[in-house]
Amino acid sequence: MLPIVPDGSDSAPGSRGVYSRYARRYARLVTMPTHTPAASPVPDVTASESTLRRFLHGLPGVDAVGLEARAAALGTRSIKTTAKAYALDLAISMVDLTTLEGADTPGKVRALGAKAVRPDPADRTAPATAAVCVYPDMVPVAKEAVAGSGVKVASVATAFPAGRASLAVKLADVREAVAAGADEVDMVIDRGAFLAGKYLKVYEEIAAVKEACGTDARLKVIFETGELSTYDNIRRASWLGMLAGADFIKTSTGKVAVNATPANTLLMLEAVRDFRAQTGIQVGVKPAGGIRTAKDALKFLVLVNETAGADWLDSHWFRFGASSLLNDLLMQRQKLATGRYSGPDYVTVD
Amino acid sequence: MSDARLSVLKTYKLYVGGKFPRSESGRVYEVTDVKGDWLANAPLSSRKDARDAVVAARKAFGGWSGATAYNRGQVLYRVAEMLEGRRAQFVHEVAGAEGLSKSKAAAVVDATIDRWVWYAGWTDKIAQVVGGANPVAGPYFNLSSPEPTGVVAVLAPQESSFLGLVSVLAPVVATGNTAVVVASERSPLPALSLAEVLATSDVPGGVVNILSGRTAEIAAPLAAHQDVNAIDLAGADEALAKELETAAADNLKRVVRPQPVDDWSATPGLERLTAFLETKTVWHPTGALGAAGSSY
Repeated sequence: MLPIVPDGSDSAPGSRGVYSRYARRYARLVTMPTHTPAASPVPDVTASESTLRRFLHGLPGVDAVGLEARAAALGTRSIKTTAKAYALDLAISMVDLTTLEGADTPGKVRALGAKAVRPDPADRTAPATAAVCVYPDMVPVAKEAVAGSGVKVASVATAFPAGRASLAVKLADVREAVAAGADEVDMVIDRGAFLAGKYLKVYEEIAAVKEACGTDARLKVIFETGELSTYDNIRRASWLGMLAGADFIKTSTGKVAVNATPANTLLMLEAVRDFRAQTGIQVGVKPAGGIRTAKDALKFLVLVNETAGADWLDSHWFRFGASSLLNDLLMQRQKLATGRYSGPDYVTVD
Repeated sequence: MSDARLSVLKTYKLYVGGKFPRSESGRVYEVTDVKGDWLANAPLSSRKDARDAVVAARKAFGGWSGATAYNRGQVLYRVAEMLEGRRAQFVHEVAGAEGLSKSKAAAVVDATIDRWVWYAGWTDKIAQVVGGANPVAGPYFNLSSPEPTGVVAVLAPQESSFLGLVSVLAPVVATGNTAVVVASERSPLPALSLAEVLATSDVPGGVVNILSGRTAEIAAPLAAHQDVNAIDLAGADEALAKELETAAADNLKRVVRPQPVDDWSATPGLERLTAFLETKTVWHPTGALGAAGSSY
């Protein structure tokens, strides 16, 4: 059932004005509850190219200056002692330990798997990471490496990172990854189609991939925010992805110059917050690429808590796509435990 | 219009990673001459400044230790050239810091520049002196080669603010290490001005990092830091040195204990050059032995 939010009656904190404007627009489009939420939470919006376009272009514009100022302001919080210890452990448990190189070998993936399960072999109280993220052909190796632990295996698919292949090829890519045992699939959207305004094509592609994932694998949709040029586009892509059934929306592939920034992650967190308020469906967020220090990671956690709320402060709903970040988190953790600054000699080289 | 110019006061800053930041803590302390008259405000570094300096030094280590010894010598000689150009400034600062007459301060500055040149000359000679070919019983060449140990924390001598500083800093960087220097607590100004010389003389950023402040406060995290390979305790008093040596033991840092130095201008010898070197020994087969039992 879709809740239809009457004007001004929403209970979400903050930004009431914008929010009720949102709801008004939404209420017009969502005229009656649907009985098939699995297909689309809002069939009227996604009924045709033109309704989808009208909806996406009807989303409120993003105040770029305000967004960046808010993201920067939230980055100034001072997080110390016990709060820091909690945040570091939480951040470690949210890491999708990633290796997406042409030079990936089974040995490297096994090493990564071992590290994901036991990040700090010298300190068994360090939590495991959320997942390892690899290319589809490495999924069986990764699966074996993390077997018996709670660590998930995520696989990029759909002609990652460019996404320039036919739908049949992309779906075959996804099916292969899922068949090999991937718990999570990270797909890239067709940025070319999105920028050309063919929103329905992007929507249908995501929906098809979601179907190929079946019920076993969670779908993360990568927008490659660095290629979408504007904040408005990022907001539209976020809603498009969520409408099409994404379980996670993810900023970037990590393969372009501009990756996850606090501002675009904040924007996506606002989108998942509003989406849940409107549809009751919770969607996760995964910033990826460019987050290298524990300090940065903590800033992102503040964004999550202050924007989406504590419900998202869990590895089920928030992830970091990163590789070198984990070492810095571990070094900071060692510093907190021993009082001595740690060094790269005390974490693994990967 | 008035004839009197407004005075342009100098803001002394730290030198970390080739940049001139203020202390992360935002603190400063008053530096006075020996009579107690105010000279300037110097940054009062915190442990986070020390941490940042170690990160910068570690980052610079690969490039500096990988540079050829000859190139390091050229760069260090360039520092001496720049020091020469700023001689008047250093004479003024050393005179103020140590309460010396102008002529005595000039002699100290000259000795300091000479000291720097002396160490610059050693960069490509130390390997011949402390390394070499070892005779072994087998068809191998066996070569010992001195290698820099890594990031070295240097507590500069408290009394000799310039000559003493260069006497402990130059051997560390001449052999290819990178340094985090804690300047003399009471008279840090010559050290902070030396940073400006280093920044303009081809020394890569991060090779030398200079902090000012309370020696005990900055030295403690440096001595305990797991990513610092060695520490020179020249500027620590007996009690502090003991405490720091204990902290340094945890990751097996090389430690140079403070030794009483009566005269910094005396020829220093090779002791400080070799203190921060590791000996790498390489075995290399000479090739198949001929019928005569020798490959030569």
